[in-house]
Amino acid sequence: MKKQNPATKALFKAIVYIALIVMTISIIIPVAWVFMASFKRNAEFIGKGTNPWALPEQLQWQNYVTAFVDAEMGKFFLNSVIVTALSLVILLVIALPAAYALSRFDFKGKKILNIAFMAGLFVNINYIVVPIFLMLSGANRMLGVEFFLDNRLILSIIYASSSLSFSIYLLSGYFKTLPKGYEEAAYIDGCGYFKTMVKIMIPMARPSIITVILFQFLSFWNEYIIAFTLMDENSTLAVGLKNLMAVERTATNYGIMYAGLVIVMIPVLILYVCVQKQLTKGMTLGGLKG
Amino acid sequence: MNRKRAQGRFVFFCIAPAAILVTLFIFIPTINVFRMSLYRMGGITNRKEFVGLSNFQSLFDDKNFLQTMQNSIAIIVLVTLFTIFFAILFGAILHRGKFKGKNFFRVIFYIPNILSIVVIAGIFGAIYNPSTGLLNTFLRAIGLDALAHQWMGDQKIVLYSIIFALVWQAIGYYMVMYMASMAAIPEDLYEAASLDGATEIQMFFQVTLPLIWSNIRTTLTFYIISTINLSFQFVQIMSDGGPNGHSEVFLNYMYKQAYGAGVYGYGMAIGVVVFLFSFVLAAVVNKITDREVLEF
Repeated sequence: MKKQNPATKALFKAIVYIALIVMTISIIIPVAWVFMASFKRNAEFIGKGTNPWALPEQLQWQNYVTAFVDAEMGKFFLNSVIVTALSLVILLVIALPAAYALSRFDFKGKKILNIAFMAGLFVNINYIVVPIFLMLSGANRMLGVEFFLDNRLILSIIYASSSLSFSIYLLSGYFKTLPKGYEEAAYIDGCGYFKTMVKIMIPMARPSIITVILFQFLSFWNEYIIAFTLMDENSTLAVGLKNLMAVERTATNYGIMYAGLVIVMIPVLILYVCVQKQLTKGMTLGGLKG
Repeated sequence: MNRKRAQGRFVFFCIAPAAILVTLFIFIPTINVFRMSLYRMGGITNRKEFVGLSNFQSLFDDKNFLQTMQNSIAIIVLVTLFTIFFAILFGAILHRGKFKGKNFFRVIFYIPNILSIVVIAGIFGAIYNPSTGLLNTFLRAIGLDALAHQWMGDQKIVLYSIIFALVWQAIGYYMVMYMASMAAIPEDLYEAASLDGATEIQMFFQVTLPLIWSNIRTTLTFYIISTINLSFQFVQIMSDGGPNGHSEVFLNYMYKQAYGAGVYGYGMAIGVVVFLFSFVLAAVVNKITDREVLEF
């Protein structure tokens, strides 16, 4: 038996702390720096003698006004709010009944449907974004309209479809854990199938519904590649930011660019501060990402 | 049997919308990827010609694709190794360590995971900027001018700059995941080990690591899939494969060929190859990490 001597123990502890602190700094400093830079005037970025680490000379709120109005980030922000909300509603309205039926009823073909929805988990949207684009532009051409591309409703439907498999998987896992007695009692009281589902079973699945909403809110709000491919004028915030970054970097309007970054980050960070416990707990329920 | 029929109708209306959407926007596009890879398709003229496997043949003569493959494999391997090392290290420290503020570190480390890829690309743009970037000005301030580089502009460095961003982004996510499975290890195993005189480091290798091994194996598949996907979005925003193809990755090359250049058939052939590649790689990794499962 060997006892560790106090010196190695202290050294070990010091290394542990240093590692933790370095990692913390590497996250906090860049994020905080972006907030700080978003308040700087343009002259504080370019030219000799400018120090990126210096505090802003004054709070240049004008950057935010310019980003919101001139760079249309306000419009994109609104689009993102609409698309995210619409996607969540469509997702829940479609996923909840499907998950409920698949987990609480026995019927022919149930097994095949379960396998099919599970298979959807393995298809990643990055691979199929171009075929989706071609399908929509083909539909436009066939019907002679300009309806299917650059459409917020269509984008929301595609977002919802892309997370249906995962949400059904997660929700039906939860429905399975609920006791059978509730439905039987409801049927005896003369409650129909639909009413039983909406009034009794879905409210009981609240914890898993909240998990779905939290994760999908983040992924819909942050989504980039589908919106970039399918949208144009009605684009979302992430795409708006990408374009803003490209424009302002060449025009070297750094202050506005960083204001744009903050505008995209803020809602997510606020949500995170409120729900970080549920988020990191819910993740282990069925974490898949990418 | 009226009730039976009513139930059948109810089940049908519950599932049909979901089945239709998944078929329309997931399954049909997926089938199209495979189907289109067998055709030569022009973008503007919309001509379609069946060419069998010829797209795949030209793929293996395509020098750019071979370079892309090299870059992608390097990214997958290095991102996995670094992320797994730091995620387990920090997870174990926060799991076993007895100090204040453990929750604080967990909350902070998870932040990169909730940010949009575009935001992270913007942050790293600020870090890597050669003249006014955080990294170079910091290095110059502490007198290490020689280490300052064109982080995104140097052919030899650009891939590592992207790998660093990917690792930075991923550590917190996997750390939280490993911590959850570490939390399930019963405390008395550690008590028994410490009675036997085991040090913390010995406990890590003898108790913690074997018991979370199955969880680590599962995440290996996640690393492969998510690194292929995330590296695409990072590269698409940060460098678009440049300079000179030195940061080109699988799906960005596919996207460029298909959506950018309009060579849909060829682009989809790349998609098929990448999909099969990731599938085979995941299966191989799963096979070689197969150990006897220890339970507690």
